[in-house]
Formats: sequence, C-alpha cells, structure tokens
Amino acid sequence: MRWIWLTWLSLSLGLCGYYGYQVYASDDKSHFLIGETSVGHFQIELECSACHSEVFGGMESVNESCIGCHAEELEDAHDSHPKSKFTDPRNADRVDILDARYCITCHTEHQPERTGEMGVSLPDDYCWHCHQEVGEERESHKGLAFDTCASAGCHNYHDNRALYEAFLLEHADEPVLKALARKKARNWRAWHQAVHPDTESLSSGSYPEQLETRFDSAAIAGIHQDWLGSAHAEAGVDCVGCHQVENEPVWTDSPGMNSCAGCHTLQTDSFQAGKHGMRLAQGLSAISPAMSRKIFTEESQSLELSCNSCHQPHQYDTRYAEVEACLGCHADDHSLQFSQSPHGQLWEQARTGLMPEDQAVSCATCHLPRETRRVKGHEKVWVNHNQNHNLRPNEKMIRSVCMDCHGLGFAIDALADQDLIQRNFTGRPAERIPSIEMAIKREQEAR
Amino acid sequence: MKVKLLGLSAAIAGLTLVAGCQESAAPGIEPKVYTDSLFAVMKADRTNYTKLIIKRLGPAGAGSIAPAEHWKDLDNGAPLPAQMFRAGAEGVRELTDEFTYSLQSIWPINKQNAPKTQMEKDGLQYVVDNPGENFYGTETLGDQDYFTAVYPDVAVSDACTVCHNEHKDTPKTDFKVGDVMGGVVIRVPL
Repeated sequence: MRWIWLTWLSLSLGLCGYYGYQVYASDDKSHFLIGETSVGHFQIELECSACHSEVFGGMESVNESCIGCHAEELEDAHDSHPKSKFTDPRNADRVDILDARYCITCHTEHQPERTGEMGVSLPDDYCWHCHQEVGEERESHKGLAFDTCASAGCHNYHDNRALYEAFLLEHADEPVLKALARKKARNWRAWHQAVHPDTESLSSGSYPEQLETRFDSAAIAGIHQDWLGSAHAEAGVDCVGCHQVENEPVWTDSPGMNSCAGCHTLQTDSFQAGKHGMRLAQGLSAISPAMSRKIFTEESQSLELSCNSCHQPHQYDTRYAEVEACLGCHADDHSLQFSQSPHGQLWEQARTGLMPEDQAVSCATCHLPRETRRVKGHEKVWVNHNQNHNLRPNEKMIRSVCMDCHGLGFAIDALADQDLIQRNFTGRPAERIPSIEMAIKREQEAR
Repeated sequence: MKVKLLGLSAAIAGLTLVAGCQESAAPGIEPKVYTDSLFAVMKADRTNYTKLIIKRLGPAGAGSIAPAEHWKDLDNGAPLPAQMFRAGAEGVRELTDEFTYSLQSIWPINKQNAPKTQMEKDGLQYVVDNPGENFYGTETLGDQDYFTAVYPDVAVSDACTVCHNEHKDTPKTDFKVGDVMGGVVIRVPL
C-alpha cells in the first residue's frame, strides 16, 4: 500500500515541479496554450500575463488587460458601444443574453474554429439581440439579414466615424477623386525650429571632432556622407545624440529603440502598439516574418523588426521606409500589386521628381498615416507607426486617409471590395454600397 | 465537545444578532430622499449647462461654441444638454454602482431611449399625465431589487423644443416650452 502512496506523491511533486518551472521560469509556455490565438494576439500568446494579469482575476482582470492596450483606440473611435451602455440595470435582460460589458464576450480568444474577422467569436448576426426592431420599423432596412449589418460596409460595432447618417449626407455628393488630392505635408522642420530655435544645423558643418580620434575616418566615410544628408544632421543631432543616450552614458555601436525614443516618443510608442512592435512592448524578442502568419519574402524570414529595419541607419530616408522597406518583407497579393497600381504609379512619379511628394501614395500613406498632434506647444504632423491603427476594420482609414483624396462614397465602396483590395485598388469597386442613397432617401422622406 | 460547539455557535449567533441590531440602528437615508436629492443636483446642473454655457456661448449668444448632435466632429463642438446629461450618467456608471440614472422619453429621438421596463413605462406616462409630480416604485431587474424614481424632464428653453420638433427621427413635433418631454429615471439597488 505504501508504494502506491509514494508513487502518487512522487508523480504529483514531479508534475508540480514541471509545470511550476514552465509557469515561473521557462520562456516556453506553449504547454499552457489551450488553443490558437487570433491574428491580433498570436505575436504575444506565449506571454500569458499580457492578458491574464491575475491568476484568479476572472473576466474583470482579462477585461482590464484589453482596456490597457485598446482604451485609447476606443476613445479615438468614439466607441459606439462603450461598457457604460451595458452597466445600466435597464439593460439587465440584454446582458443576460449578450454580456457586452466584457470584451471577451465577443472576442473570445483561443477559439480559432469560431473566430472570424476582427477577432469576433460570435455569429455574424449579433446585432439582432438589441436592434431587432430596425429590421421591421425602418423601411430601408426591411428584408436585410442581420449578418450583413457589419459585413456590408454599412456599420461597425465600435467605430462608425465615417458611417453615421449625418456624415454620409454631408459627403454624399463627393466625386471619386477630389480636385485637390493630397495628404498632410510633413512639417518637422517648422516644428523643430519652433521648439528648438537655438539648434544649429550640422548638415554643412565640419566633421565632429570626437569621431576623428575614435574611428578610422576612411572606414566611416560613407556613414558620414549619409549622416550629412539626413534630417538628423539638419536638426543638429550628432553621433552621440544616438550612440550615447542620456540614461546610458556609454558609447554603443548599435543603438536600440530606447535611443530613438528619446526624441521620437510618439513613433516608438505607436510602433510598440502595433503588430510590428507589440512583442517588444511585452519584453519579448522582436518579431520576424518567420513568426508571422502572412506571406513574406524568403530573404526576409529571419529579419528582426526594430526602428532600423525600415529606417536605414544614418540615412533615415523616409522614402525608402515608406515603400521599399515594406516590400522587402511583405509578399502577399496586395503588396505585390502595389507598383503597377494607380497608387504605385503616383509614387513612382513622386520618386522621380515628377510630382510633389504629398500628392503621391505610398504603403505608409495608408498603413502608417500622418496625424496631427500638439507637441510641446506646437502643431506637429507625425507618423503613427501602429500599422494596425486604422486597418481593422478598414473603414477606420476612410476619414484618416482615403478622404484626403477620394470622395466618401468611393472610399466606402472600395474598402468593401475584397478583390479590389487584393489588386491594390487597380480598377473600380464592383458594387455600390447603398448606405448613402439610403440616407438621402430617408432625409427626403422626413421633409 | 458537543457542548463546546454549541457554546461557540451560540456566541457567533449572539454576535451576529448584536451586529445586525447595530446595523439597523445606524442612521440612514430613505431611498426617496436620496433620489430626490440626486435629481435636484442633476436638474440644477442641466439647467445651468443649458443657460450658462449653451445659451451664453452658443449661436444665440457669443457664438464661440457650436452645440451639435455630432459635436465631436467639430473643433468648437459642444454636446447638447441631453448628451451632456447622458455623458454624466455614463461617467457615473464607471465610478459607482450605488445608483444609476438615465434620460428617457415616450417620444425618443433614439429608440434605445424609450422606456423599457414596466416601471419605466408606467413612470414616464405618469409624469406626463401628472405635471409637477414624480413617480416612485420598486422593481426587480436581473437578480437585483431596485428603488426606482421617475422625475419629469421639462423643456426649459426653446432650444430643446425646436431641436426635438425638427429632428427627422422625432415621433412628436409640437413640443412647447414647459412641456414634459420625458423623464429622468434614477435607480438605487436595495
């Protein structure tokens, strides 16, 4: 009898030790994965505490983790269904059916077999639970299936900034291409001058003295030339500005993201909020194409993403970063079609000096959009480096990007056409999304 | 052993009884007084926002702000008084679950703001049919009992009536200043 107990005790202790080691000491926590995570989270799925911040925290704790990363995004989106809508007791009957107080009610992770677009794990007709009367009372909506509310280019659960009725009416008559089609122009020179009026440009200056004694001049001649032509030199940022940052007062040959973050906080923060940098934000190794689920070039598979992956050290050529850097890795249909697409043709004209840069469209124009923010008391146009910020759902980019050049109706139609997206917008949308016409008709009937 | 256990049980029961007596003897506030007080603050704030901000700084005054339904899309946009009130209700729900409130109407522009529970339907109709009076009752929602109070929401300015009368989604187009346009529903869990 004793040996049975001893065996049981030994096995128990062994298992406890094994899993204890896995939880607290091992980097590989794949044994605890209960199912594949969604496209938005697989990058950090082995950092369990990123979402499960408390062992016995329950749904509240997981929800806090969701909000920890996505709160600003929801705020920016003028979230149509914030949690506070569902904490009113008058909605208790609805919460019983669909507990929308919690993100994971609709975005349940580790359930790949029932997870669809936007990481939604509910059947597509979820709107019906609260809005069933719309299908009966609103003439224009009679006969429409509830699984088309969010899939036909008409409504989103969170972000309806470009889809609400008054906005549709305001922009109903816009042409496919606006007369003045251009994106926000960079203003870093003016901003830098306003914030740092005493900075002296080094572009035309002499070779920094400390380099002559430290390095072989011939070996770094190319670096020197690159740097002289860069915005860093123009802004008075010399070698130690990057290679010897304040909190690390020792020369480093390969400065990391911390060095960039000293001046480019908005950019590095947003980089770490997106798929390119979210692993770094969790203290994990940088992501590489080999880890991803998308299609990438063979030669890029082992590349680890950091600031310097897209911004070549010392050159910091933003034109390279806007297209060539992207196409160095991304090899899906949409990416491969860029160069021959209308957008790609415009970019080529700008690259060869035939067109102003702010009238051309690069990969970054749409996926890393320029935004405006007041920084240090002055308006600054900056590039949001979260490549997912305006992408899911893609209607998010209508106002922030598409409408710089295109009318609202065309933008809605184009973004609802998956084939057109694969062709990188070569051609015209196959279907007309009727939301603007429906809004006009309702407006006319109300008069 | 049995005697000891019985003694311990009796002691615990006694302590619980004493604690219970102390609790019931503690000074409290009647739900009606509580909700009446809350409504007084809400009504004063709402009236002040309408008159001191919207009227004074909006198109009828200095013209420096633009009160609008989709105010977030305007650089100088300001929420309409009803939206400001709802924003307060949502803000409170993020801070506490000791009480909740909402603005409803039997003639809502947004159908989600129509009365839903039987108590809301009875209360909203009562304050319309009996101007100047409030409505009180208790109801059970989910597994929770609530003291529910409904207060009339009266049009204090022509800005309220004009906006509602002209809105394409309004089911009623002849509101006048002084009319009961809806009601404020305050709930306290019991």
